[in-house]
Amino acid sequence: MVKRFFERFYVGLILLFLYAPIIILIILSFNGSKSRAKWGGFTLKWYKALFQNQSIMNALYATLIIAILSAFIATIIGTAAAIAINSMKKTPRTIMVAITNIPMLNADIVTGISLMLLFVALKYTLGFSSVLISHITFNIPYVILSVMPKLKQLNPHTYEAALDLGASPVYAFFKVILPDIFPGVLTGFFLAFTLSLDDFVITHFTKGPEIHTLSTKIYTEVRKGIKPEIYALSTLMFVTVLLLLIIINRKNAEKKEPDKKV
Amino acid sequence: MTDNKLINLVNITKSFGDNIVLDDLNLYIRENEFVTLLGPSGCGKTTTLRIIGGFENPDKGQVIFEGKDITKTAPNERQVNTVFQKYALFNHLTVAENIAFGLKIKKKSKEYIKDKIKYALKLVNLDGFENRMPDSLSGGQQQRIAIARAIVNEPKVLLLDEPLGALDLKLRQDMQYELIRLKNELGITFVYVTHDQEEALTMSDTIVVMNQGYIQQIGTPEDIYNEPQNAFVADFIGESNIIPSIMVEDRLVNILGANFACVDAGFGHNKPVDVVIRPEDIDLVKPEEGIIKGMVTSLLFKGVHYEMEVQAHGYDWLVHSTDLVPVGSEVGIRVDPFNIQIMNKPESEDEEAVELEI
Repeated sequence: MVKRFFERFYVGLILLFLYAPIIILIILSFNGSKSRAKWGGFTLKWYKALFQNQSIMNALYATLIIAILSAFIATIIGTAAAIAINSMKKTPRTIMVAITNIPMLNADIVTGISLMLLFVALKYTLGFSSVLISHITFNIPYVILSVMPKLKQLNPHTYEAALDLGASPVYAFFKVILPDIFPGVLTGFFLAFTLSLDDFVITHFTKGPEIHTLSTKIYTEVRKGIKPEIYALSTLMFVTVLLLLIIINRKNAEKKEPDKKV
Repeated sequence: MTDNKLINLVNITKSFGDNIVLDDLNLYIRENEFVTLLGPSGCGKTTTLRIIGGFENPDKGQVIFEGKDITKTAPNERQVNTVFQKYALFNHLTVAENIAFGLKIKKKSKEYIKDKIKYALKLVNLDGFENRMPDSLSGGQQQRIAIARAIVNEPKVLLLDEPLGALDLKLRQDMQYELIRLKNELGITFVYVTHDQEEALTMSDTIVVMNQGYIQQIGTPEDIYNEPQNAFVADFIGESNIIPSIMVEDRLVNILGANFACVDAGFGHNKPVDVVIRPEDIDLVKPEEGIIKGMVTSLLFKGVHYEMEVQAHGYDWLVHSTDLVPVGSEVGIRVDPFNIQIMNKPESEDEEAVELEI
């Protein structure tokens, strides 16, 4: 009994540490008073103010466009890369997997500065497109990471079976390979989308003066003093990412169900 | 079976890296023939099948199909269909969609496809399975769906790559009868790959025994079993006593110091040969009636017969008999002349008898 209590207490403590800051942020976003110390009653006015703030809305728009585009493009490139890597012989495959893994372990700040230096060296104007390219770049490894296990599970003969039945290689890919690896592709897309939505450091170094994403916008705003709109914005971002994670996990859980029966 | 050569493999050589899998292989397959490529793993049988299917390109040589060179033709443009070892069903499609896969590509009408699915499922004894998912089927059922999926396309040749390998014994035997029935009903050519000699003997019109990239012997199951051309074939197909002997003269062979009458001739005088005697062809008689004498050293009950080992003249003779002879008994060994098969000594390593790991 006592042991169970401590177990629960311990888990509760961990959750508290993890989520207390976010819960405070969420509560403050509904606080009628501008002060952080005083509860001024429940209000949605900061959310209203948020949606009326044109510069924040522009940043939100840019963030979403970049997240969707970069996730989409990275998914295509990453899936193609994963298929290529998977069909390599053992040694080159191991090397390629390692090479694609390194950017994920690399500190964001290093990636960010390197990308900025590259753009500057190429005399590429920093702006929307440079941010997009950067996001695609750091998203590709994550897509490869999610697609590879699905490709490994694939029976190598299903593709041959499709060809055998008269399918062209392209038809066989879309009808046979893609449906089988699709859960991995989808996970990769959502992961890329979330990471892009979330990124500050790399965006900060590659964005140039013209454009803001939500994270860089919040950073700039905070330096001028924190407005409660930012709490509202952060709450919305947190909820969005939370929802996406729930969707991804639900998808994976569904996929695992049929296996259990076997 | 007709004499019409449907597939002709000419001088096929294939290697993977340094490993030569097929070395100058020549083989033809007639229309309506059930041909089995038989051999231990790594003998090149699956590679041969994949070359016919178009999944591997030979380094050298040609694949001739109905008189046309199809060596470079893509798999999706060949009139053959394959049943893969691990079924390779499309798991995200229903059984009906799996079977319809090839027909849809060929743009057949909906009614035609529907009829074909029904017909194919009936043929493999799985009526009413249209809407099941492959995951929910047993191994045997999945394999039959894979066969149905291949045959609805009415291929000239059906290639089967160890299709029964993953099934248990009883199911495997049932499926062997099913395959023979299918072959007779459909009247198409079957090219079957297996390492299971019993499967090969049961189903085939022609068996091609392969080892280390070479064809060891081609013949009917009876030929291969009764008259193996070398020690490898003798050892691979069934159990046998392979005894180094001397061919004294035509129709007389000296086995372990005793002269046995045989029916083979033309090996020369006093020439070393290998003799193959099947365990079931050895008669155990009273010691004084035998050509050589020995003692029973072990006895196992195998159901249909007893398996005994008889030590005689320094060799452990493997004997199958329905009569029990207790361990320790003195016995005489007799072999009828037509049951002694004489073979030349192996000329190369790949013709030697091998220890099998299956």
